Amino acid sequence: MPKPKVAFYWCASCGGCEETVVDLAEDILGVIEKVDIVLWPVAMDFKYKDVEALPDKSIFATLLNGAIRSSEQEHMAHLLRRKSRYLIAYGSCACTGGIPGLANQFEREEILRFNYEDAPTVVNEAKTRPQLVFEEAGRTPHLPELHNVVRSLDQVEQVDYYIPGCPPTPKITKAAVAALLDGRLPPKGTVLSPDVALCEECPRRDSKPSDLSFAGFKRTHQALIDPNLCLLAQGIVCMGPATRQGCGAQCISGNMPCTGCFGGTDRVKDQGAKILSSLCANLTVKDEDAIDTVLEGIPDPVGTFYRYGLAASMLRRKVNLSADQVPSAK
Amino acid sequence: MEYETPATPTNGAWSPRIIAFFCNWCTYTAADLAGVSRMKYASNTRTIRLMCSGRVDPQFILEAFVKGADGVLIGGCHPNDCHYVEGNYKMLRRFRLLRRMLSDMGIAEQRVRLEWISAAEGEKVKNVINDMVQKIQVLGPLSLPEKFAEWDREVTRAEQSVAQSQPPFEKEVAHA
Amino acid sequence: MYTPKKNEPVRIGFYICHCGTNIAGMVDVRAVAKYVATLPNVVVSRDYKYMCSDPGQEMIVQDIIENRLNRIVVAACSPLLHEHTFREATRRGGLNPFFFQMVNIREHDAWVHTDRQLATRKAMALARAAIQRVPLHKPLEIKKVAINPNVLVVGGGIAGIHAALVLANAGKQVYLVERDPTIGGHMAKFDKTFPTLDCAMCVLSPKMAAVGSHPNITLWSYSEVSKVDGFVGNYKVTVRRKPRYVLEDLCTGCQECVEACIYKEPKFRDEFNLGLGKRKPVFLPFPQAIPPIALIDPDTCIELKTGKCKKTCVEACGDRKAIDFKQKEELREITVGTIIVATGFQIFDAKRTPYYGYGIYPNVYNALEVERLINASGPTGGEIILRNGQVPKKVAIIHCVGSRDENTNRWCSRVCCLYSLKLAHLIQEHTQAEIFNFYIDIRTPGKSMEEFYCRIAEEGVNLIRGRVADVYPDPSDGATGRLIVQAEDTMLDCIMKVPVDMVVLSVGLEPHPDSEKVRRLFNMSCSSEGWFLERHPKLAPVSTFTDGIFLAGCCQGPKDIPDSVAQAGAAAAEAFSLIDKGHIEQEPNTAYVVEAECSGCKSCIPLCPYTAISLLPDKKKAYINEALCKGCGTCVAACPSGSIVQNLFEDAEIFNEIDGLLAPTST
Repeated sequence: MPKPKVAFYWCASCGGCEETVVDLAEDILGVIEKVDIVLWPVAMDFKYKDVEALPDKSIFATLLNGAIRSSEQEHMAHLLRRKSRYLIAYGSCACTGGIPGLANQFEREEILRFNYEDAPTVVNEAKTRPQLVFEEAGRTPHLPELHNVVRSLDQVEQVDYYIPGCPPTPKITKAAVAALLDGRLPPKGTVLSPDVALCEECPRRDSKPSDLSFAGFKRTHQALIDPNLCLLAQGIVCMGPATRQGCGAQCISGNMPCTGCFGGTDRVKDQGAKILSSLCANLTVKDEDAIDTVLEGIPDPVGTFYRYGLAASMLRRKVNLSADQVPSAK
Repeated sequence: MEYETPATPTNGAWSPRIIAFFCNWCTYTAADLAGVSRMKYASNTRTIRLMCSGRVDPQFILEAFVKGADGVLIGGCHPNDCHYVEGNYKMLRRFRLLRRMLSDMGIAEQRVRLEWISAAEGEKVKNVINDMVQKIQVLGPLSLPEKFAEWDREVTRAEQSVAQSQPPFEKEVAHA
Repeated sequence: MYTPKKNEPVRIGFYICHCGTNIAGMVDVRAVAKYVATLPNVVVSRDYKYMCSDPGQEMIVQDIIENRLNRIVVAACSPLLHEHTFREATRRGGLNPFFFQMVNIREHDAWVHTDRQLATRKAMALARAAIQRVPLHKPLEIKKVAINPNVLVVGGGIAGIHAALVLANAGKQVYLVERDPTIGGHMAKFDKTFPTLDCAMCVLSPKMAAVGSHPNITLWSYSEVSKVDGFVGNYKVTVRRKPRYVLEDLCTGCQECVEACIYKEPKFRDEFNLGLGKRKPVFLPFPQAIPPIALIDPDTCIELKTGKCKKTCVEACGDRKAIDFKQKEELREITVGTIIVATGFQIFDAKRTPYYGYGIYPNVYNALEVERLINASGPTGGEIILRNGQVPKKVAIIHCVGSRDENTNRWCSRVCCLYSLKLAHLIQEHTQAEIFNFYIDIRTPGKSMEEFYCRIAEEGVNLIRGRVADVYPDPSDGATGRLIVQAEDTMLDCIMKVPVDMVVLSVGLEPHPDSEKVRRLFNMSCSSEGWFLERHPKLAPVSTFTDGIFLAGCCQGPKDIPDSVAQAGAAAAEAFSLIDKGHIEQEPNTAYVVEAECSGCKSCIPLCPYTAISLLPDKKKAYINEALCKGCGTCVAACPSGSIVQNLFEDAEIFNEIDGLLAPTST
């Protein structure tokens, strides 16, 4: 019985998701034994041509991490979709755009100019920019095109399952892989983590009062955080109530608030809107000016509420940005 | 202040589309009163009836914009008058942050508006709607569906190129 | 009752009403019906002249049966008017009544827009929203909440008294709370009432006495409602009973304490006589006061101010020991199912129209002061004696002071023309003075009122149509306090300057200055003028938007005594109807927590003003008590994981509605 083929691929990502697979430690040997890895750029030397040559649907499962923000990443997403029976969005970036998604607050031109000209450590007097096509010495290399918009994987291709997290924990990765290999799969489109918010598994839940109202908000550097008390009760914005559980409340155990990397529950269309709704409803003050003063404690609502989910949020991107079309390299 | 009903072009030119969320006890009743009194105002709003302005989920406001609204109007009872005691305060608090966040996301603050309109203030319904239509007419259309389509043009190109270089692909239908 | 199964295909019946030409005159109803017929799930799409009529409703019933419809949408007037009607029709067709959605294309469309094309397009969008929403509707049951049979009547004027008696006679336990130390309201101050000129006190006094002695009425005078908690059918009311320093159960009303008071002569402003007379610190508000119990004014009583009085009043009271200087304010709590608000009015303060000289010239009076002068038990014993001791020979009565006036109050106060004519008659009767009534219009509607007007006119009262511009001292006769009343006689087309000894200002009726505060207690609305708002000006003039709370008398708008009594009877009847039914029916728009989805984050618990949400201690999940939930939906919007659902206003239903409103409708 041939071992099922598995592929790992990374798009606009930090490498943390690959780390998780490595973090499976002893279990990784068990994984490698049971499957046939056909693509894993960070760890193995398979080429694009090898993947292209595979028959369609011959890869059992592809775990694709990272957001889609370049033409190459998009191309790979389409290719791997074609070649795979199951395409799985692995990690927050693939699921909801992740932290790279926050680039959707800026014009592509702003980003390029900052990185290639204005950043303090850049030396680039000629203001050279990466070219999509470049001819030299009889060769014509192509570079991928940076998209205007950062996207989650399912905004580009059909996704079968989602494993959320920044990165996903070894525990839910193992569970998901085991379910895959055993054929115990839930309906397509399911997020492979319980569909209940984090508070249920949070060790500090009991310390949260039932009559909590906010007279102000503090950011994590503005308070000495009590390790035994619910973070919201300390006036610190914690995304826990609006975030899917499954991570074991690791950040809370590290005395930091949840920042929402597992995304919202299935019942919610926009995780950021919901946490905004909940936090604001519970203010102590009623007067407009007093309300604004309290809300000054959340100076960057987009960054706070959509840290991992801007690309997949309802608005997706700052709406007055352009979508200028750079002529295609091909 | 009296507002004239702004001229709404009927030749197919763009005119603002505003979704209004009115609370049943105050603003919806006031809008009924405006109707009974035969007041005339711009026809650009479409009303959704809710029991309380506190029911307005920020997701509704986002959804309205995403589906093509140029403006969102929320009508509730005056502070201290909420039929359910304090629902309007919750709406006010959400509104203050949501409006700032929408502005950070490129949606002008005047596009989302919260008004306190009591059941007897039919005239205020008329004036607020006329005023909002005028202001949004100046701001221009938001057209999020069209914007999204424009943004997404950069994606279909790549898909086509992969499709062209590969044997015919049967898309698997993902279902929940 | 037929409830479609989950996977059964949705079959919608859509009906658009012409409402005569009310809708069809602006909206092209046939085009809308044709458009809606093209939408998914729509099986039947009709237009009809009057959907709310019997044949209109019957059409729905028949269509449901014949076409196996499982959803109904009606585009017509406001749901606030006929949602119930069509839900009933849906129910009669065999469907759960909540498989119905109403679209408002009259009050919100046809009546407020002027362009047919735009109005029709709006109607299509609104209809489409409903067509997209209604498939998600679930079968729901009306909630029934038991109703407490006790009644609270707030305000002891003629309206409150009448309402209390009607209900008490029917066997209900009534609490009558009155702010003043006695009931009777304004009517107790009047001398005679129009049009019959029967004596006000003669009519009122038996009713007041009946209230005082009725076994089913608990009369709390000198008391105010300070808090209303609870919910429809079960109001928990806190009443603040102010201290009289006289014990109600022991005082017999003999007034020997008043006789014996250390003040030999009355020295202080008598509120009942509007300051025209004087009283002592211990006093009975007026001779026929109910309850007939003295009270002591802490601002003027020496004992209460300094603690150093001989207390001759206590001595005079003797064995009865009814005086208690240590009495404190008391808070009493009662539970009632219905409340009738009959808090009445205040008269317009004529100081706001200084050009009429009120408060400036001693011979200018307002109408209520004149009632007290004329009244035999008033400060002048029924003689009309001016402040300077004289009897007037010429009297001007100025109508519409603080009414029909852009600078003060715009409304007509309904009773002033009639009482002005009455005062003309009474003053003439008492003094044989020449009377001049200056009016804008003579408004005397009602039974026997026109005849009353003719009678007064025939008695020789001068009726001059013209607004008074100014009242000023007679330059040729300054010392006697004579005044000149200057007005244009619009019929004779000349300016008149009439020298008079007395000017009577017919002041209008106004809401009480604290009506804003009071209405919040009862969760009521006010009209733009400040009168308490009825649910519907024609169809529901005594009920408010809050079930179980009713209005009676002038607090809802200026009216005369017959109408106040009629309205009070109506309010009592409606309250009685509710009590008799035994329960209140509530919209099933409550919210519920989906336990499996709740994370126990507790974000919702502090949000509910009715404390309907609690944390289940064992499961550590939120739970909503359906009986307490009022259906505002605030917790639903706030739940960060989307685990609370509101019946009738589910997220998915609203999202569908939004989508339907914005979908392109141009065909």
